Amino acid sequence: MSNPQQLRYSKEHEWLSVAEDGVSTVGITEHAANALGDVVFVQLPEVGDTVTAGESCGELESTKSVSELYAPVTGEITEVNQDVVDDPSLVNSAPFEGGWLFKVRVTDEPGDLLSADEYTAYTVG
Amino acid sequence: MSSTESTAVRRTALDALHRSLGATMTDFAGWDMPLRYGSERDEHTAVRTRAGLFDLSHMGEITVSGPQAAALLNFALVGDLAAVGVGRARYTMICRADGGILDDLIVYRLAETEYMVVANASNAQVVLDALVERSAGFDAEVRDDRDAYALIAVQGPQSSGILKSLTDADLDGLKYYAGLPGAVAGVPALIARTGYTGEDGFELFVKPEHAVELWQALTEAGEGAGLVPCGLSCRDTLRLEAGMPLYGHELSTSLTPFDAGLGRVVKFQKEGDFVGREALAAAAGRAEEKPPRVLVGLVAEGRRVPRAGYAVVAGGEVIGEVTSGAPSPTLGRPIAMAYVDAAHAAPGTRGVGVDIRGAHEPYEVVALPFYRREK
Repeated sequence: MSNPQQLRYSKEHEWLSVAEDGVSTVGITEHAANALGDVVFVQLPEVGDTVTAGESCGELESTKSVSELYAPVTGEITEVNQDVVDDPSLVNSAPFEGGWLFKVRVTDEPGDLLSADEYTAYTVG
Repeated sequence: MSSTESTAVRRTALDALHRSLGATMTDFAGWDMPLRYGSERDEHTAVRTRAGLFDLSHMGEITVSGPQAAALLNFALVGDLAAVGVGRARYTMICRADGGILDDLIVYRLAETEYMVVANASNAQVVLDALVERSAGFDAEVRDDRDAYALIAVQGPQSSGILKSLTDADLDGLKYYAGLPGAVAGVPALIARTGYTGEDGFELFVKPEHAVELWQALTEAGEGAGLVPCGLSCRDTLRLEAGMPLYGHELSTSLTPFDAGLGRVVKFQKEGDFVGREALAAAAGRAEEKPPRVLVGLVAEGRRVPRAGYAVVAGGEVIGEVTSGAPSPTLGRPIAMAYVDAAHAAPGTRGVGVDIRGAHEPYEVVALPFYRREK
């Protein structure tokens, strides 16, 4: 399992892309997707919602459990991935690509986001 | 100190093999067991359409033997085990004196004076202790055989064909809930036509030292038929679709078999007294006069998944509780088993919902099981 170098990571296992025009893409990591098992339902925030770093902004249901989705940064939702709402298995098959969850216009970010290497060490340790 | 309080995780004879297959492991009743190898939905589908291979070595085998083995089991359990023919098996329960269910069991009659009781891993010690205690005064021996067996199951429509290629045993003559001694891939095995998936299938009780050899032989024999290794996650969704109860969910010490809708396992007509008779007779009477909550199936209209413990609601009132819930790969929708008030238990009852973290999601009441294989 390899975590893309260009992304940053939260300890709640979300990834965050480099902002383009202030907007970052967010998803959950492959490590998290594997731990959940087959994802069958995702509930995402709505476009226009304000999410707050570290707070719940949705949920992911798998066969065995339901998990909170945490916002890795604070900001306004600009887009949600309708494909993953329609086919939640994208979270498992392509967590870093087609399984992205939402885009957010970042207004604030916590200081403890991890680099790819730090996140890999965090999940192995 | 109780013997059930062991902190050491137990591993089956197939542990290294599971790890080499990349299994995600989980703690289950003190055992480190495969939860899934890849996608649990794919494993589920394989069992429904082809075949799946399971390590069930955590199940608790207890041998009861001796001249009064049948009499002991008829006293200790609620079923009529004396009436079971040699080579046949029976689904039954062990209850407390107050009628509460200690465990549900499959009992195989291996010989005139020898039975194998298979208990749930989580209850094996409780069942063993109860059988030993209840054996006082009987000319019968109760033996802990949990470490004497590994248990490998092959389940699914292709399971019979796969097994036939590895054994000369008369599988066509082996009925559902029957077992016979034989050899599979050269390994001595008790071959039982039982399972917990709602499909045709077999459970193979073998010595632990033969488990790896048998697993590998089955894997090779099943390659062309699409057999895949399967973990406990899909075992749970398979049994849920098949409407089969799971101890700790649909069954508990606070329920009698009559409360669980399984009063048919209690055989009052058998000879002699048995533990729980008086309380169970009263429970049967109560169930006649005032139906207790009824175990029903619920099918979601939406996509959110009900989980054990969630309230079932109607007209703003709590009318029941979910005991098991999961997304059903076969139905493509979330399903649940739930105990609901009798007034809301009829299939098609309208206005029933499940409180999913504060939101009342609509559910359809259906008769169990959700899935029945075509024979």
